[in-house]
Formats: sequence, C-alpha cells, structure tokens
Amino acid sequence: MTGRDTVAIVGVGTTSFRELYQARDVQRSAYDLAAQATVAAIEDAGLEKDAIDGLIVARLGSYVRMADMLGLRRPKWCHLLEGAGRMSAVAVQIAAAAIEAGHAETIALIYGNNGRSAGARYGGDGGPSPTGVYDTAFGMTSPGAYVALMYERYREMYGVPDLALAPLAINNRKNAMLNDGAVMQTPLTEEMYGQSRYIAEPLRLYDYCLINDGAVALIVTTTKRAKAMGRPFATISSTAAIGDLTNFYTSPDFFYGSCQAVASKVYSDAGIKRSDVKAAQIYDNFTPTILFSLEGFGFCPQGESWKWVDGGRIELGGELPLNTSGGHTSESYMQGWAMHAEAVRQLRGEAGARQVPDCDVVQYICASPIVASHILRRG
Amino acid sequence: MTMFDTPFAEGCAAGELRLQKCGQCGTYRFPASPICPSCLSSEGAWVAASGRGRVWSWIRMHQRYFKDLPRETPYNLIMVELAEGPRMISALADEKIMPKVGDPVTVTFREVGGEILPYFALDTEGTAA
Repeated sequence: MTGRDTVAIVGVGTTSFRELYQARDVQRSAYDLAAQATVAAIEDAGLEKDAIDGLIVARLGSYVRMADMLGLRRPKWCHLLEGAGRMSAVAVQIAAAAIEAGHAETIALIYGNNGRSAGARYGGDGGPSPTGVYDTAFGMTSPGAYVALMYERYREMYGVPDLALAPLAINNRKNAMLNDGAVMQTPLTEEMYGQSRYIAEPLRLYDYCLINDGAVALIVTTTKRAKAMGRPFATISSTAAIGDLTNFYTSPDFFYGSCQAVASKVYSDAGIKRSDVKAAQIYDNFTPTILFSLEGFGFCPQGESWKWVDGGRIELGGELPLNTSGGHTSESYMQGWAMHAEAVRQLRGEAGARQVPDCDVVQYICASPIVASHILRRG
Repeated sequence: MTMFDTPFAEGCAAGELRLQKCGQCGTYRFPASPICPSCLSSEGAWVAASGRGRVWSWIRMHQRYFKDLPRETPYNLIMVELAEGPRMISALADEKIMPKVGDPVTVTFREVGGEILPYFALDTEGTAA
C-alpha cells in the first residue's frame, strides 16, 4: 500500500484511562478527551500545531468540531471514520496513503470515546442489516455474542477445554498492572476468571473488552520529516488489509482466509519473517479474536492457538509478548487506538516496566470484518 | 419496511420458512435483497424453503440486554446454516436442550412478543439437511 518505511508515526497521545475510570460519576465529552490526547500527541512529536495539514477523526461524529477546537481551519486532507475497532488500522492506512500520494504531509489521527459516560452497552440495537433488528427479536445482540458463536464452534471443532481463554485475559491483566494508564490494576487469577459470570456463554466477563472513557491521538508524517525532527519515531514498514464481509460479524472461517491474505503481504512487504516480530498488539474486543488472529497469521496451526498461548509464551519475557499495555480487557477499550500508541512506545523504548528488550519490530493485527495488519519498525 | 412486514413474515404466519431464490442462477439469499449476491440479477422470488438446517453454532445469553424480551436469561441462541445455504439467527424451541455444532434441525414456529418467529427443533430422527 505504501513504500517500506517511508511513512512514520512521530507523536502519540493518550489520556489516562485509569484516572478517567476512577472518577466514576463525571460525565465527559469525547471531544474534550480527544482534544487533550491531541495536544499531548503534538507535544510528544515536538511539532508546532500549524505543521499539521491533515485530519482523520474516528468515532467522534464531527471532524469540523475537532478542527475548530484545534484551530485547524484548512487541513488539506479531512476524513471521518465510523466508531468501529477495524477503523484504527484503516485510519493509519488512509493517512499513510494520503501522505505517500502527496495530499498532505503531517496528519493528526484522532479518536475519542466517552462510552462509559454515555452509558454505552454495545448491545440492544440493530445496524444496517435487516437482521440487526430481526435478531433482537430472539434476544440476540452485541458483538460479543456474535464472536461467542465463532468461539463455540471453534471449541467444538477442536475439543477446546473450558478456561482455555484464561491465559489471554491473565496476560492482559499482568501487563496492565505495569501500565500506570491502564484501567485495571489488580491481579486476575485463573480461579477468578473461571468464577466470573458468563455474558454470552461460552464467553465470560473477563473475555470482554472494558467500557471506559478515553482518547488517543497519533501524528503521522513522512519518514524524511521524522528524521529531520530529531526525536525517536516508528516507521510503517508495511500495512495491508482485506475485508471479510458477510451479513453477520460471525465469520464462517473465523477470519482465517482474510488473515492469510493479509499475512501473505505484510511480512514480505516489510522484508521480515514472522520470527522477527518482537511483540504483537492483537485486537481483542473479546479474547477469542486473539486466537483467530494468531492462527490466521500463521503463528500456530489452526485449532492449536489455545495451547500455544498457555504457559507464558505470550507474556513479557516470552517468545512473543502480546498486548503489552494490557489489551482491551485490562488497559482500555479504545478500539485498537491505544494498541497503536503502545506499539510506538515499545519501538521508541519508552514502555518502562513493560518494555520488551530490543524491540525493533512490532506487529499490529486486527481480525474483524476488515482484517488489517501493520509491521512497525523502530525508526 | 422491516423484516416483520415482508413475505418472510407472511410465510412465518403461514407456518412456512421462505427464502428469496434467484430466478437467474438459483442461489438462495438471506436477508432479503432486491438483487442476487451471486449474479446480481433482480429476477427473484420468495419460495418455500425446506425448513431444515444444521446448528452452525450456539450460545447461551446470560446478560440481560432487553428489558421487555419475553425470554428468561440464560436463554439459548443458535446460528442455523439452512440446507439452502444462508445462515440465520434463531433459537431452539426447547430451552432445556444443549445442542452441538452440526446437529440437524427443523423449523418450528412460535409466537413470541406478538410476532410469529421461526424457531428450530433438533431432528431426533437424524435426517441430514
């Protein structure tokens, strides 16, 4: 999609998800949170505000409001994306493509989410498909339930035991406890996991992403400019995406075919092998999505990922540290955006207690109706 | 216009599961659409489907998302793969049964909350869909 390492991420900004979560009764505006994150990203990049000549806004309803708050009257590139998890990777791809094509040079990517304040439940309503409302007549709703359908089928196909997802939830929690900005700061044991209530059985409470308030901003520019700025940065070595678009979120092959298609490009375009990846940020709206991603991208054979993630391989210090800032189940539900920020921080050596040693290559994966992946590299 | 006032709903009221079938290539589709997703033809008709399928997967919903749903949590939900090809969401009429992926099922209509909906029952005779 773009040239190898020609586009860079030079600034990241995140609100403290923990602080926002702890102040429970405060009603927040997603735009206010987004403004804070964007100012933080601009400061992180060491840029002047007026250097920004492009704006991509996700989940927030209006790029106009964001532009007005930031005093960016005439961005050369403006784009608005829906509030879906698949869009964080797409936002980066659009920014990279726009920069490569010369439409703009320095684009701010902005995401704000006041789901907790707004009482979001991520269930109970339909969508554009006629089956959205139809399904609710049976009491079927929420993305978690549609993912649960995939996981139950996977479980029965491969003889997966109960509690197989626990290592994923526990790894997320361990990493969150090393991240001051993460919502969850207390330990999660297998016993706690197993005793937690079912939401859409077989999925339990700790298999589900959080609902919380927060914002993330990224500043993307040319690698040429990034080098001139003189601060640590990350480059986009490769990025690829393909849809898996059927009426239901429930993919007939658990996104496997689409993951394989993206995997066939993303490693070769970056000039790396899978074993060169030092850490992976894998979208986890629900824990099974991690399993589908690992198998789809060839980290382990189909039907085996539940064994592969057990025993420490995915933890800090293991063969492939996953979701190093705590994932969507323990850091925050920022629909992939906080994972992008974490990828950059790991590559810049700023991850503190959760730093993966010599972290020069990080992969981001999102297995969803748009399967997308980037290989990000230390600049 | 929603699914509840289409030929699909009329079929349910008559105790018949109906699907659109492409007049050009014979592909069945669900949900309803004016065009065929295989050949894009706008020639199509609602026809009686066999009512048979297999459990593609199933879950038990414990979370109470709907205040007014006339089903007690936890309740079962299934994704049926119909013999004709399309998948749809439904539920087993018998709440006590624990299905398995691949179980053959047959449609059975129930009135729930004022709508007549296609529920499914496990085939006890083991007739394949």
